[in-house]
Amino acid sequence: MDEMKKTVLEYIADEYLDEDDEDEVSYDSPLISSGIVDSFSMVSLKRFLETKYSIKLSDEEATPEAFDTVNSICTLVNKHLG
Amino acid sequence: MSNIGSYNDGMKDFNWDIAKDILDWKEGEILNIGAICSDRICSRGDGNKTALIWEGFGDKSARYTFDDLRVYSNGFADFLSKQGIQPGDRVCIFMDKIPSLYFSFLGILKLGAIAQPLFSAFGDESLEVRLASAGTRAIITTRKHARKVRKIKDRLPDLEKIIVVEGNPEKLKEGEIFFDVEKSPRVEKFDVYHSTPETPSVLHYTSGTTGQPKGALHVHNSIWGQALTTSWVLDLQDDDIYWCTADPGWVTGTSYGIIGPWALGATQCVLDSGFTSSRWYKFIQDNRITVWYSAPTAIRALMKDGNELVSSFDLLSLRHLASVGEPLNAEAVIWSGEVFRGLKFHDTFWQTETGAMMITNFPGMEIRPGSMGKPFPGIKAAVLDLDTHEPLDESGKVGLIAFRPGWPSMFRQYWKQLDTYRSKFVGAAENAMPDELRTNPDLWYVSGDRASIDKDGYYWFVGRDDDVINTGGHLVGPFEIESALVEHEAIAEAAAVGKPDKVNMEVVKAFVTLKPGYEPSDELELDIMNFIRKRLSPLAMPQEIEYRDKLPKTRSGKIVRRYLRAIEWGEEVGDMSSFSDE
Repeated sequence: MDEMKKTVLEYIADEYLDEDDEDEVSYDSPLISSGIVDSFSMVSLKRFLETKYSIKLSDEEATPEAFDTVNSICTLVNKHLG
Repeated sequence: MSNIGSYNDGMKDFNWDIAKDILDWKEGEILNIGAICSDRICSRGDGNKTALIWEGFGDKSARYTFDDLRVYSNGFADFLSKQGIQPGDRVCIFMDKIPSLYFSFLGILKLGAIAQPLFSAFGDESLEVRLASAGTRAIITTRKHARKVRKIKDRLPDLEKIIVVEGNPEKLKEGEIFFDVEKSPRVEKFDVYHSTPETPSVLHYTSGTTGQPKGALHVHNSIWGQALTTSWVLDLQDDDIYWCTADPGWVTGTSYGIIGPWALGATQCVLDSGFTSSRWYKFIQDNRITVWYSAPTAIRALMKDGNELVSSFDLLSLRHLASVGEPLNAEAVIWSGEVFRGLKFHDTFWQTETGAMMITNFPGMEIRPGSMGKPFPGIKAAVLDLDTHEPLDESGKVGLIAFRPGWPSMFRQYWKQLDTYRSKFVGAAENAMPDELRTNPDLWYVSGDRASIDKDGYYWFVGRDDDVINTGGHLVGPFEIESALVEHEAIAEAAAVGKPDKVNMEVVKAFVTLKPGYEPSDELELDIMNFIRKRLSPLAMPQEIEYRDKLPKTRSGKIVRRYLRAIEWGEEVGDMSSFSDE
């Protein structure tokens, strides 16, 4: 789980934040409700998770709430990995 | 009793001067949107009334009176003037929905300059195209977005001033100027520019099928259309608390998120945070919002989250709901009636070019779920035959939505694109100039959308008449996406079309062929998606990429988008005889 959190956090920092960004993002930082990741960009984040972990997330699961923190994202992914 | 009374009341003896009567505006008074929305409200004795209730992410919140609006917009006007900005200069506003966005918008107009608001999620390439087109002289932004400006500023010789209004001033780069209007000395008096009705005010960029985005130029006279439609359609009254959810990077956010409501002296709310249903409902509950103007995409997202969530909030303050951006489906109208105590969303139809509402559902009028409603009084609308461009009399027959020119908020030109402007008018003479086109009552301005009219005069949206993609209520041009796609190292050719989507109506789908040495893969698809998201915007990012060996083309080599789009929508492909055999 820790490895997954680290991977997801790194991806978010690389793709959605700039190097000199003042925002510090942690495992509990809000992503969607803070506007770091908008609803359209959630699609590419979902695609990343599906590709990386060879899973399929339904639209019903991929809600703004489920994607709002690295912790909640990893909980969702882990459900699929069993 | 609603402001309009009834639709028939509104139609009786209509003229646009009714807007001046509603504002009690007399000939000889200054006609400047910036001043009418702030100074004038204070002059009539409402300086202490709340103008803006703002909430940002986390616990950030602020309230501003109309006197604050007056002083802070003066502050921006004064600052820009001291920076050498002149009337007529284009000043871009590129930031999230923070209070300085609203103050600077009014300040730019008070100075007589042209406000050019751009959606803050635009990537550097989208930004560059629009700044280069407009010859923008100054940009007002925040530290968060300034980095996109830095990447492109050397290629923009007209861009002389980069003004940063939020963030750590110590982290600014050379040539950037920091200005925090709320911490600067209050500017009590500013000599507002005496604009005429035809003085340019706002430049909004919109996408078309071909070429790069076009700048639709509006003038100060637009305020009459915006104020009257705000009064009659949104029904804003003195004690209302109003929320327009649109971002002022798009026309709804300026016409109905700034100009219309503040011209009337209404209190409005702004929420600057990411979308979640519970956050939105809480915002309505906490601020006792009464009138809510939103978008179908958001309404469908709220629907998706279910009725139980709605009932966990106290939303009894709501009294009137309206919607804009793309057609509001019948299910969403019916749903809102069920969960909001019989209040149904009133769909409204208009465009960047029209500047104000054109076809709408009015308070008190029977709503036919799925219909756009009826033309606003004073708007001469029709549906034109697709081939002959003659108005159709037959109910239910599909044609092009068109309007007779001459309403106050009509756009005055596409910035430096006269031929494109002319092409929007059926019957225009070959050399007609913009002033002739916009005042000729014998022409038709063609909207680019298709609809039919039923026997009772209700309009029913059918779809776009071109390849422009309407995603989440925002128009995205396929050409702009395709141009960016072929800049990706793996892509040889590309076509972008809209595909159906339950929430956003359409989302972008790209068809691509790859250069030799590249193979289709999920990783490549993700890389292409992120490439477009960063260069253009999240809206323009393809949500699906289909790899093909070749793309359908005409014999002259032009990619046939309509064929790809038809497949996505399950429509008839049509005549393929002109396609290349290759």
